[in-house]
Amino acid sequence: MKLLVPVKRVVDYNVKVRVKSDQSGVELTGVKMAMNPFDEIAIEEAVRLKERGIATEIVAISIGVAACQETLRTALAMGADRGILVETDAAPEPLAVAKMLRAIADREQPRLIILGKQAIDDDMNATGQMLAALLGWPQGTFASKVTIEGDTATVTREVDGGLETVALSLPAIVTADLRLNEPRYASLPNIMKARKKPIETMKPADLGVDPAPRLTTLKVVEPAKRVAGKKVGSVAELVEKLRGEAKVI
Amino acid sequence: MSVLVLIDHEHGLLKQPSRSAVAAATKLGDVHALVVGQSVGPAAEAAARLPGVSKVLKADAAGYEHALAEPLAALLVALAPGYTHLLSASTATGKNVMPRVAALLDVQPISDIAGVEDADTFVRPIYAGNAMATVRSSDKIKVITVRAASFDPVAAEGGSATIEDAADAGNTGSSRFVSAELSKSERPELTAARVVISGGRGMQNGENFHLLDPIADRLGAAVGASRAAVDAGYVPNDYQVGQTGKIVAPELYMAIGISGAIQHLAGMKDSKVIVAINKDEDAPIFQVADYGLVADLFTALPDLKAELERA
Ligand SMILES: Cc1cc2nc3c(=O)[nH]c(=O)nc-3n(C[C@H](O)[C@H](O)[C@H](O)COP(=O)(O)OP(=O)(O)OC[C@H]3O[C@@H](n4cnc5c(N)ncnc54)[C@H](O)[C@@H]3O)c2cc1C
Ligand SMILES: Nc1ncnc2c1ncn2[C@@H]1O[C@H](COP(=O)(O)O)[C@@H](O)[C@H]1O
Repeated sequence: MKLLVPVKRVVDYNVKVRVKSDQSGVELTGVKMAMNPFDEIAIEEAVRLKERGIATEIVAISIGVAACQETLRTALAMGADRGILVETDAAPEPLAVAKMLRAIADREQPRLIILGKQAIDDDMNATGQMLAALLGWPQGTFASKVTIEGDTATVTREVDGGLETVALSLPAIVTADLRLNEPRYASLPNIMKARKKPIETMKPADLGVDPAPRLTTLKVVEPAKRVAGKKVGSVAELVEKLRGEAKVI
Repeated sequence: MSVLVLIDHEHGLLKQPSRSAVAAATKLGDVHALVVGQSVGPAAEAAARLPGVSKVLKADAAGYEHALAEPLAALLVALAPGYTHLLSASTATGKNVMPRVAALLDVQPISDIAGVEDADTFVRPIYAGNAMATVRSSDKIKVITVRAASFDPVAAEGGSATIEDAADAGNTGSSRFVSAELSKSERPELTAARVVISGGRGMQNGENFHLLDPIADRLGAAVGASRAAVDAGYVPNDYQVGQTGKIVAPELYMAIGISGAIQHLAGMKDSKVIVAINKDEDAPIFQVADYGLVADLFTALPDLKAELERA
């Protein structure tokens, strides 16, 4: 069966972003970019399903600026078979992203789409659920285990109180959580091979989607700063401070 | 116009984050609460006692028992026409269902709000809370999840709302509940506790996490963890505090053997008082700690237990 995996290009998770002085957003020039960590996990899961003989083809999709090519090449080096780049300079919101992904799903007819649970830039945690709604498919979000048997995906989900397992009729949507797997590093030969794999490029209009945002960002500011407090010399001093000064115990 | 809040509940009790969601909703209009599940009478009655709630809608049907996203979303979409805003706390249920509702209504959800400016304008953290964005929605109906740590919960008692039955929107049948494996604990929930004590990779193994127990017992604290401690299998996934785990803002947060990565800070830096115990004096956690103790946790924790037991 065919799998789609949407991968987003985001600021690397090690970077501590800085807010621009004009409050229009965060500083992105010269900042290291990478594949959204949850999407690496999604790709890894797809590749493992292919290695187990369950998936036959993996299509990675990225929506954004031309440099998303690099993100797709990473996905191809990890084991995806081909890529689709939907090129746009607007940073589309989950609603528009989900609409574009639906149009691609209509064309590609996958049995399973694995997304990350959350993009670590906008922290929306929404696109997978929205795509499931638009396609009318069931969803298994925050997945820590996925098994496919026949026409059913059994998904163990990380929920507030622990774990929950649901069974979904395929086609279905899964969103990957941190414990689903540990993504591989692409080997040098695979990075070389990935250069020859095809990437198709299109525009949002080719998919019939208007990427105009519904949310207008009025300003972006730094959060209230915490000032480092003091070091205490002993456990006894710590407890005394918590009792007498902070009055929290 | 009215605002509808989806309430999280368990065994007839309301989850505290839902009381924070009601607090956010009271800034937007007349508040109705939606209680969904099977045999939810007691939960609906508890919701009717929340101050600020004028009406409770009760959807009681077998198909709602496990709060699966597909039937829950169908129900919310059926109820949506009467409302300007649909809200839920950013709980596992809220995060699962609300974006699905938004897509069905053709609106862009506003995830994890930390502030309400006016009926269309909200503040939300982005980039693991390293920036706060003020966003204005142009959608006709707003679909919102609420960061509970940013809104003081409404009291549990004081209101007297009417309770009405909501029509069953039916189960779509494409997903099925199989099983749940929930952690059992006598301790308060992480997102509701007044004190949280979290362990990190420095704890070395799950056995050592029990060093936190007597201290947590003494302080009435919930026990949390860093991602590294969860990934290593020391404690279950629901202990994780951080950008992609639980967001907490207790009166006192104690980080034991946690380095203080951006993603961990995102989940606890709004705590009132932060204590860090770490043997590395350069650990970034000390940059946000009100009280830092540079020490080996394996000597500090027994000392702390003893010190708390004195007096
Ligand atoms: C997409 C993504 C999402 C993430 N989400 C989260 C999240 O939600 N929550 C989260 O916590 N992390 C998250 N992380 C992981 C995060 O980046 C860090 O890797 C993690 O928080 C580190 O955990 P730690 O501090 O326990 O471990 P380490 O960084 O290894 O730190 C261990 C600390 O223990 C100290 N120590 C060791 N032994 C002792 C001793 N005997 N006594 C005292 N101190 C000792 C060390 O000095 C060190 O500072 C995420 C990462 C990614 C990429
Ligand atoms: N622009 C994009 N291109 C490709 N995939 C995306 C894009 N935006 C979101 N996604 C996918 O949706 C997931 C959740 O993103 P979000 O809803 O923004 O938190 C990500 O982990 C990706 O799998």
